Amino acid sequence: MTSATGAAGRGPSPWVSPAAWRAGLRDRPLIPLILLLVGLVVALQVVQPGIINQGWLSSTIRFAVPLAILAAAQTLTMLTGGIDLSVAIVASATAYVLATVAPQQGPVVGVVAALAVAASAGLVNGIGVGVFRVHPLIMTLGMSLVVLGLLTVYQRIVVASGNNVPDEVAWLGGGTSLGFFPNSLLLFVPLAALVLLGLRRSGFGRLLYAVGDNEVAARLSGVRIWQVLVVLYVISGMLAGVAGIVYAGLTNTASAGLVDRFLLPSVAAAVIGGTSIFGGRGGYSGSIVGALILTVLTTLLTVLQMPEPVRQILFGAIILAVAAAYTRITEQT
Amino acid sequence: MSVSAPAAAQSRGGDSVATLGRALRRDSWTVALLLLLGGLLILTKVISPRYGASDLGFLAIGALPVALAAVGQAIAVISGGIDLSIGAVMALISVTAASLMRGSSEEFAVVVVIGVLLMGVVVGAVNGVLIVASRVPDIIVTLAMSFVWAGAALLVMGTPGGAAADWLKNLISGSIGSEWIPKALVVLAVVVGVVWLPLRRSRLGLSIYAVGSDRLAAFRSGVEVSRTKVAAYALTGLFAGAGGLALTMSTGIGTPIPGPYLLLSVAAIVLGGVSLAGGRGGIVGPIVAVFILALVRTDLTFLGVDPNYTTVIQGAIMVIVVMVGAFLTLRRKQA
Repeated sequence: MTSATGAAGRGPSPWVSPAAWRAGLRDRPLIPLILLLVGLVVALQVVQPGIINQGWLSSTIRFAVPLAILAAAQTLTMLTGGIDLSVAIVASATAYVLATVAPQQGPVVGVVAALAVAASAGLVNGIGVGVFRVHPLIMTLGMSLVVLGLLTVYQRIVVASGNNVPDEVAWLGGGTSLGFFPNSLLLFVPLAALVLLGLRRSGFGRLLYAVGDNEVAARLSGVRIWQVLVVLYVISGMLAGVAGIVYAGLTNTASAGLVDRFLLPSVAAAVIGGTSIFGGRGGYSGSIVGALILTVLTTLLTVLQMPEPVRQILFGAIILAVAAAYTRITEQT
Repeated sequence: MSVSAPAAAQSRGGDSVATLGRALRRDSWTVALLLLLGGLLILTKVISPRYGASDLGFLAIGALPVALAAVGQAIAVISGGIDLSIGAVMALISVTAASLMRGSSEEFAVVVVIGVLLMGVVVGAVNGVLIVASRVPDIIVTLAMSFVWAGAALLVMGTPGGAAADWLKNLISGSIGSEWIPKALVVLAVVVGVVWLPLRRSRLGLSIYAVGSDRLAAFRSGVEVSRTKVAAYALTGLFAGAGGLALTMSTGIGTPIPGPYLLLSVAAIVLGGVSLAGGRGGIVGPIVAVFILALVRTDLTFLGVDPNYTTVIQGAIMVIVVMVGAFLTLRRKQA
């Protein structure tokens, strides 16, 4: 209240008043995030002069892409007020199925089979959340136990045939063209454009926001919520699968715990990207910057040669600080 | 929906049969869980006729840390939050206790026990203060703090090690009175009885339920919402600390890597009838659920099921139980 009148009192130069600043930042939440990203990159350059070069940029992007795809799954589910904690294990399972099927059946069959696994995990999640109204946290947590168990059994069955990440996938996930251009961008740019446009322009995108903002209102205006949720979780599972395939290509390995370490960062990327965990607010562009921030932050902590425990503590503290700052800037009252 | 809130627990005298009926209805979920546990015990005896008192003792020792974690998680969730850092806090307390007890006297261990439990309270209160002060959702704060506490645990002790005082180890192994009453079960009952039972009926206990079921309504009726949240998380920290201490007591060492206790505690409270929306549920249900989950694992092992399927079955049980619970709630609303 007081800050609003203060802004009015200042008259013609609204940019000096804190309230106007806050309003400006609230309308363009990407700006502070990008500033933070730039700040981190500058800090990295200060700590280790000369580290910022083509090779660094290329490897940062290659590592950020799978995280950003996982964050897409997380962003979409969080927009409806849900969360998908099964993304990491679904991604690992997809990568593992691909690496075991592809050597015999060829990479195309491998990718199709792997994505089918991801989609069916998503379908079960969607039916649980949408039709049986199980809390998304429980449903996806339970589902990750189920997938983990099935994957371990499957691992035992195919242990003899061995696993191998196909060259095509390795090229896509970890390869570069012209010496620096990360090939994974060929996949990620169209995918990100699809998610961004889908959220902004398509009816389905609007439905996600509507369901997350006010489920009762959405239902009363004729939205079949269960259908939205089933489709949403299938998409989330598929995105997780794609992320798993890209990451398998990047690391050239496939195992049951491959993507585990990305679960919490995927949630963190969406949160510091400004998507509300209560639904209805946020978007994917912030999550992409969030994924980049987390990747650069990891590099910075590594370059500072912090011992692993300190790195973890700083990682958690910084995520919390960014989320808290973000909450203050964008608070709507 | 039956609410086991303390207010409802005060029966107004009258017909004792009606009171019993009301109690059964109110705690129908817990009663059903107890029946299920009984059934599972009988089933275990049928599958493996040699299942005896000592096996029960091992079951209780194994379940003790999980049960304490589940109680902690239940308090956080009843207050309308969730604690994703519970596994990391347990690891931190476990290694702190183990490293302090290494090479020290049996008497000093008393100081260590009091010290690490206080540390649990402080760690939980830090979580609570950060949630209240930052206004960031509980799930995000505790997620971020799980990194911090896990890192702190690694700082205390990089690799598994340390020691536990003998009297602490003896406190939970073996049985007391009859050979069918494992000491670990008694310890669990005493800890929960001393801390939670008096609290549940107190002003703070009521406030925790009130804040969890409707924050705004609680605020308008004069409940100190922020203080209640911090107190609830401090209690969660206390039980997480007790769980961590129990880990050190049962294994004799401290392990800095968080175990599967976050998953298990969430599974247990969901199965135990605590609503994730907050304000509903009790402590007994989650504890019974921990034993049910442990017994299911035992039975599957006896049946010779591939241990990897056990994970599948546990996940499926968790999901199916919640589905059934949601279905029953829906039907009751329609009726």
